[in-house]
Amino acid sequence: MNRVAVTGIGVICAIGRNSKEFGCALRAGRSGIGPIQSADCATLRFRNGAEILGYDHRPYFDDKHADFMDRFAQFAVIAAREAVSDAGVQWTPELREASAIITGSCVGGQATEDIGFYNVYKLGQSRVHPLTIPKTMANAGASHISMEMGITGPSYTISTACSSASHAIGQAYWMVRSGIAPLAITGGSEAPLSYGILKAWEALRVVSPDTCRPFSKDRNGMVLGEGGAMLVLEPLEAARARGARIHAEIVGFGMSSDACHITQPSADGAARAMRAAVCDAHLMPEAFGYINAHGTGTQANDTTETSAIRTVFGTHADRLAVSSTKSMHGHALGAAGAIEAMAAIFALRDGFLPPTANYTEPDPECDLDVVPNVSRPAQIEYALSNSFAFGGLNAVLAFRR
Amino acid sequence: MSDELIQRVRSVIANTQRIPVEKITIDSTFQELGIDSMDGVNILFALENEFNITIPDEAARQIRDVRQMIEGVEKLIGGGTVDAAAVTS
Repeated sequence: MNRVAVTGIGVICAIGRNSKEFGCALRAGRSGIGPIQSADCATLRFRNGAEILGYDHRPYFDDKHADFMDRFAQFAVIAAREAVSDAGVQWTPELREASAIITGSCVGGQATEDIGFYNVYKLGQSRVHPLTIPKTMANAGASHISMEMGITGPSYTISTACSSASHAIGQAYWMVRSGIAPLAITGGSEAPLSYGILKAWEALRVVSPDTCRPFSKDRNGMVLGEGGAMLVLEPLEAARARGARIHAEIVGFGMSSDACHITQPSADGAARAMRAAVCDAHLMPEAFGYINAHGTGTQANDTTETSAIRTVFGTHADRLAVSSTKSMHGHALGAAGAIEAMAAIFALRDGFLPPTANYTEPDPECDLDVVPNVSRPAQIEYALSNSFAFGGLNAVLAFRR
Repeated sequence: MSDELIQRVRSVIANTQRIPVEKITIDSTFQELGIDSMDGVNILFALENEFNITIPDEAARQIRDVRQMIEGVEKLIGGGTVDAAAVTS
């Protein structure tokens, strides 16, 4: 089995248009949460999101190209371009034919669908735009990456709500580890800040009216975010042989399902996924120094996740740093796992713990070191990144410096 | 708290939960009725439609039983009786 290196990283989200900006914001603890501008929120119970303010496709795509892509697919391609360029991949026909693309997305291009349905239902138009289907499909991100880069190997998209990108990265990791693919581009992208989608989230009563304060006693919900993040994975030996920069290594992947409830989290399911990742990495829980938490900022998630971490790590939980970077880049649903994997990689590579921003008050039910508000220098060897989806589908990734 | 209001809230809960209305008394707790957080959100949605009201998230979070739910609706429709004008659904 191959050891698997992360040789390329790319990201675009509310706190950075590229990985350099993203890393700076993480270290500075700068939150990207603010009033949503791309949708009219006047009739919503919340106004704030983690939006890529002023995003315009033109620096990235010409108009004709962009016509064929929903915003979420554009984010996928933008992140993949940066990751591939960062990895310095030297393409050969054989490599293009065997490389894998595995992406995650929860809502896909539903923002495009939202417009089409508005036109027929509300405006009474007789037709929707013919690109509605190809722009809406959740695999459009993977497809556009493959077309642009001429990659013809196994490519697909995983949609497991908030765990989508972590499941995608885990699959890609196992494919490179087992030798099925010599290289994988993997991550997730999401662009859910469209009125109809926002209305649906409002109805669920889990969105904060102000900001995302994970693990803080006065937390009052999640904040939706958008963006994309992609990694390039290669066998460690091959990466070393070609002199590639190695950002981090993926050492384990664990999955579980709660088999419990369609929206409520389960500490047991979360704990089993973390254990599975630790076990897949052939490590003891004590090896880990940092967890990038799922940490949505809802009452239910944060206490449940705390309890799951205590179950898995026992007394070591008091020596672990656990932070939720959703406090900065929001909850980007199917991209969340990839953006957060990126945060864990930065923590390992650059020697700091990203903070939990917007933190105001300790909660006895979330009594972990959540790195409140200010990042801290720390040399960490191993880190986990947690993703726990609605529907009880959990995915946890383990990284090594 | 009018009988009419009580009956309408009971019937919304019964329809949403798909349980007989007789099972629901003003003193039933959500726990007794097997109403979890997602069910609660569904019932609030149905009540908003039934009474043409908007129930704020903060108020919604506090509700644990049928009585609180009726009192909450009563407050939002303004007074002790159901205002026919407010009922458009």
